[in-house]
Amino acid sequence: MKNGMTLIVRVIARFVSPMIMVFGIYIILHGHLSPGGGFPGGVIIASAFVLITLSFGKEIAYQKLKESTASAMESVGALIFLILATLGIVFGGWFFLNFLPKGEPLRLISAGFIPLCNIGIGLKVGGGIFAVFLTLILFRLLEKGEGD
Amino acid sequence: MPEIELYLLITLMIVGALVAVHTRYLISAVISLAVVGMALAVAFLYMQAPDIAITQIVVEVLALVILIIAVSIGKEVVDIKGKRETLTIGVTALFVVIFALFAYRALADLPPFGSPLMTVSQHYVEEGLKQTGSANLVTSILLDFRAYDTLGEATILFTAILGAFAVLRKIGRKAK
Repeated sequence: MKNGMTLIVRVIARFVSPMIMVFGIYIILHGHLSPGGGFPGGVIIASAFVLITLSFGKEIAYQKLKESTASAMESVGALIFLILATLGIVFGGWFFLNFLPKGEPLRLISAGFIPLCNIGIGLKVGGGIFAVFLTLILFRLLEKGEGD
Repeated sequence: MPEIELYLLITLMIVGALVAVHTRYLISAVISLAVVGMALAVAFLYMQAPDIAITQIVVEVLALVILIIAVSIGKEVVDIKGKRETLTIGVTALFVVIFALFAYRALADLPPFGSPLMTVSQHYVEEGLKQTGSANLVTSILLDFRAYDTLGEATILFTAILGAFAVLRKIGRKAK
């Protein structure tokens, strides 16, 4: 785990992980148009980072995304979701009022605040799950006595 | 009447669950649980629910990785033998019989497979696109009609991750 896997896995992971990330972002941004949404998109992005961690070892993954950064991502995502929900009251309505204009259906920018909510949930889920994964790995290294 | 493919998938899921319970090795149990999850994802796809299928398959893969890491920390399986084994089997059998009885009574009133009672959800199907502007009906329900549920779900995930951080922390841990 510390040194990663073989050359074959590394080459494939280097090739594939950006594509997985782009696919996750696509799933999040098109959540209101096609199947998907914030939750699966966030998990897909987290799984790209998990692939990097497993194949290159935790030092390389730490340079890409620190545990504290992932944790901050989670909190920011949750805050985006809550603030969007509360803004409904500010704009003269109720909690979770869809206050933005609906726009033309089947366009990328439509459906009011739903895409923004999806982005918030995607950040929250992706950051949170990757942070838990990193914590588990660090804990295992700690148990074996080779952690820092 | 559900099709034969669905029955095959359900049989695969049941076999996977039984193997997961009966195998002696934790890693085989985790992998057979993954078989259950994958078959469930295919079943969702077969019943034309791609949103759920995507979520199921992605979460299943990540849960498999995390569970394998957790299993490889290494704990032995403990066997229950003798009198306690008989007691456990008896209690389990009693529970299964009672559960099957109540489930039969409850499920007898359900509408047949594939013909849902569209009373509440029909409103969402008709008004979803008009009221929210979201072409994906599932998202419009998740984030507009039923956004409180999504907030609760997000809170549950947040709390679970906080708990994991608290248990697996590095700072303040006593040295062995």
